Amino acid sequence: MRLTILALWCALALSAQMKAPTDEASLREGLKLYQFHCSFCHGKGDDGMAANLVTPNLVHAPTDASLVNIIRNGIGGTDMPPALGMSEQEMLMVAGYVRSLGRTAPTSIAGDAAKGKALYLGKGGCAGCHMVDGKGGRSGPDLTLIGAMRSPGNLRTSIVDPNASMVGGWSMVHLTLKSGQKVSGIRLNEDNFHVSLRDGKGKIQTIAKAEAVKIDRDLTRSSMPAYGKVFSEDEMTDLIAYLFSLRGAL
Amino acid sequence: MKILLALSTAALLSAQAPSGDWLHFQGNPQGHRFSPLKQINKTNASRLKLAWAMQIDKTDKFEASPIADNGILYVSEPPSDVSAIESRSGKVLWRYKRVLPDSVAYCCGRVNRGVAKLGDLVFIGTLDAHLVALDAATGHVVWDVEMADIKKGYSSTVAPLIVKDKVIIGSAGGEFGVRGYIAAYEAKTGKQAWRLYTVPSAGDKATETWLGDSYKYGSATTWVTGSYDPSTNLIFWGTGNPGPDWKGDKRRGDNLYSDSILAIDADTGKMKWYFQFTPHDVHDWDATQVPVLVDEMWKGKMRKLVLFANRNAFYYVFDRETGEYLLGKQYVRQTWAQPELDAKGRPVRLPNTAPTPNGTVVYPNSPGATNFQAPSYSPQTKLHYVMTRDEGGVFYSGDDTYKEGSWYLAGRFVSKPGEEATGAIKAMDFTTGKAKWEYALSGASWSGVLSTAGGLVFAATGDGDMLALDDTTGKLLWRFPMGGKAFANPISYLAADGKQHVAIACGHTLFSFTVE
Ligand code: HEC
Ligand code: HEC
Repeated sequence: MRLTILALWCALALSAQMKAPTDEASLREGLKLYQFHCSFCHGKGDDGMAANLVTPNLVHAPTDASLVNIIRNGIGGTDMPPALGMSEQEMLMVAGYVRSLGRTAPTSIAGDAAKGKALYLGKGGCAGCHMVDGKGGRSGPDLTLIGAMRSPGNLRTSIVDPNASMVGGWSMVHLTLKSGQKVSGIRLNEDNFHVSLRDGKGKIQTIAKAEAVKIDRDLTRSSMPAYGKVFSEDEMTDLIAYLFSLRGAL
Repeated sequence: MKILLALSTAALLSAQAPSGDWLHFQGNPQGHRFSPLKQINKTNASRLKLAWAMQIDKTDKFEASPIADNGILYVSEPPSDVSAIESRSGKVLWRYKRVLPDSVAYCCGRVNRGVAKLGDLVFIGTLDAHLVALDAATGHVVWDVEMADIKKGYSSTVAPLIVKDKVIIGSAGGEFGVRGYIAAYEAKTGKQAWRLYTVPSAGDKATETWLGDSYKYGSATTWVTGSYDPSTNLIFWGTGNPGPDWKGDKRRGDNLYSDSILAIDADTGKMKWYFQFTPHDVHDWDATQVPVLVDEMWKGKMRKLVLFANRNAFYYVFDRETGEYLLGKQYVRQTWAQPELDAKGRPVRLPNTAPTPNGTVVYPNSPGATNFQAPSYSPQTKLHYVMTRDEGGVFYSGDDTYKEGSWYLAGRFVSKPGEEATGAIKAMDFTTGKAKWEYALSGASWSGVLSTAGGLVFAATGDGDMLALDDTTGKLLWRFPMGGKAFANPISYLAADGKQHVAIACGHTLFSFTVE
C-alpha cells in the first residue's frame, strides 16, 4: 500500500511544476468559482456532504497538478464530477482556493482521542461494522484515513444523522424471492438482470431479478444507526477526536 | 483518383434494397436504422454469439456507429481517427490518426459519432472542425478543409450525411456561444457548396426572437446526423440549445432556430420550413435527435411524415412537405410544461421551472428524455423504437458573459439527489404518440436502437448488456454482457463471408455478433 502510494507520488511529481496561485485576486476569483461549482457538494469546505477540503493533505491530490486533474476529470467511480465549463486557468484558481482552505485546517481538536477509541470499540460498537488498520467489520466504509478526509463537523453529522451524509456505494437493497425468502445486503452492483449484494455475514450473493417478487432500495436511508442519543456531548467530542486522529501516515 | 460517383449514388438512393451494406449513419438516408437482413431472426437470436471484438487504444468515449461497405467496416475512433476493419475477422486494415491542436475547446468528451462514405472516399468531421476525405483503400488524406475556427469554440463530432454528390455536416460548440450551421461540401473536391446558419444574421427577421445582439452567440449547433428525403429533395436536421445554456434573461425571446427541426433544400441550402420544439430553452434540451422519415397513412390519407422523439419529453409528427404539425404527445415524465401542447404544438410552460441560483428541480434532467441515442423505425412493425431516460435534475443559473472561445453556460445542473436515473426502450406508435410496448432498464442508457427485418430490436443497457428483443412484444430473446459503458448505436451488415452481423461499440471495443 505504501509502495503504490509512493510510486503514484513519483509519477505525479513529474508534472508537479504546475502551481496553484496564492495571490489574493486569484483566491477571490477562485472562491467565486468554488461557490458556483463546488459548494453544492462540498459546502464551505468542511461542512458539505462530500469530502472535506479543509485539510492540508488531500488524499487524492498530493500535488497542485493532481488537484487540477481531479477538478478537470472528477474522480471516476465516485460522485465527484468533472467540472463543466471551466477553463484551465479557472481550474487553477479553484485549486488555489482549495489549497487556501487546507492552510486553515485545525491540527488538533478538543476531546480525548484515547477515550474516544474506547467508546468506538465499546459502547458504540462501531468496529462491528467499520475497519481501522485492517481490523473490524465489513458493513461500512474503512475508517483508517477518515480523519484526513472528513472535517470534525462532517464526522459529527455522520454519527448523529447518517441519512444526511450518505457515502456512495453503501446503500442497502432488500429482495423478497419467489420462495418467500428475504435477502438484504449492501448493493454492490445492479443491472437489468441481477443484483449483487454483500449480506450481513459478509457473503457476496448474486440474485437473478427474475427470482425476486419485490426489490426495495434504500437510496436515502443509511444502514448505520443514528447515535445522537447514545453518547453524551463529552463522549461525542472524544469520539470525534479519535476519528479525527485517524489519518494514517498523512 | 477516379470516383465511382454515379454508381454509388444510385446504390445509396435505392436504400431499401436488401444489400448487406450499411452505407449511412442511420443505414439509410431516411434515418431508419433498420436492417433489411433476416439471417438473424426471432428463431435463432438465442444463438447469437460474439464473432470478434476490436479494441481501440484510446480512453475517450467510443460513440461511433460504423459504416459497412462491401465487407469492410469504416469506423471513427475518438478523438478524430478512422479505422477500416475486415468484417469477418475484426482486424484493422488501416488507421488514420489525426494530430489535433492542443487548444481545441470541446464540451462533453473528445468524441466522434461516425464517418460517411461515397465511392472511394471516407469522410470525417474532426474535433478541430475540419472535414477530411480519406482514400478508402489506404486511409490517406485526399483533401482536408477547415470548416470553422476552433478559436471561436467550434468543433465537429457528428457523422456526415451523403446527399447525392455532397457531404452534409453540422457543427458542435453549443457550450461556447458559436453560431451553429449545416454545410454541404462537394464530395469530390471539398469545395463548400452551401452553408446554412442556424441562428440569424444581422438584418434577418429572426433576430427579433433574441434580445439585443444575443443572437450573435446563439449556438443552436447541429451535432447529430440528420436525414434526407429524395422524394422532396429536402434535408431534415435538428438544432441544439440556445447559448448560454441555463439562463435566458439576456436572450429573451424564442431564440430561433434553436431546438428546432429544419427542412432544407438539398441543392441550395435554403430553409423551406422549420418547427421549434422548445422556444426559449433554459434546460439545454437540444433537438439534435434523428428525424425519421416515413410515408404512411395518416388519418386515412397517405402522407410524407417526419417522426421526432425529442429531448424535451414530447413526441412529434409533422408533414414533411409542408411542415404542418400533426401530433405532439408527452412520452416521458416531465414537469416543465402542461401535459398537452397547444394547437400549434407549442409547449405551455409551467411557472417556476427555470433554473435559479439556488436550484430548481425539473424533469427531465438536462440529458433529457432522449438525446443522441439514435432511434430506429421498422417498416415491418411501423414502430419507432426510442431509447428513453427518466431522471430529474436540479438546474442552477449563474452569470456568464460571452468571451470568444470560452465556455458560455450561465449555469449548471446536477442529477436530483437520492434518485437513480432509469430508462426504457419504447416502441412508439407514431399514430398515437404512445408506446406499444416498453422494455424497462434499471439504469439509463446512452445506446441507440437498431431494428431488423428478422423481427429484432437491438440496443445496449447503460452498463453494456447487449440485448435482442422481439420487435412486436419487447420480449427479451438474447443478451451479452459487453462489460463497459455503451455510448454508441448498433448496426447490422453482411460480412465478407455472407453472414449477417450486428455490431456496436461499447467501452473501448467494437463488438460484432453473428449466429453460427
Ligand atoms: C456532485 C457533488 C460534487 C461536486 C459538485 C464537487 N465535488 Fe468534489 N467530491 C465529491 C465527492 C463525493 C468526493 C469524494 C470522492 C471519494 O469518494 O473519494 C469529492 C472529492 C473531492 C476531492 C478529493 C478530496 C480528497 O480528500 O482527496 C477534491 C479535491 C474535490 N472533490 C474538489 C472539488 C472541487 C474543487 C469542486 C468544484 C470545482 C468539486 N469538488 C465539486 C463531490 C463533489
Ligand atoms: C450497522 C453498521 C454500522 C455501525 C454499527 C456503525 N456504522 Fe458508521 N457507517 C455504516 C455505513 C453502512 C456507512 C456508510 C453509509 C452511510 O453513509 O450511511 C457508515 C458511515 C460512517 C461514517 C462516514 C464515512 C465517510 O466516508 O464519510 C463515519 C464517520 C462512521 N460511519 C462512523 C461510525 C462510528 C463512529 C460508529 C460507532 C459510533 C459507527 N459508524 C457505527 C455502518 C455502520
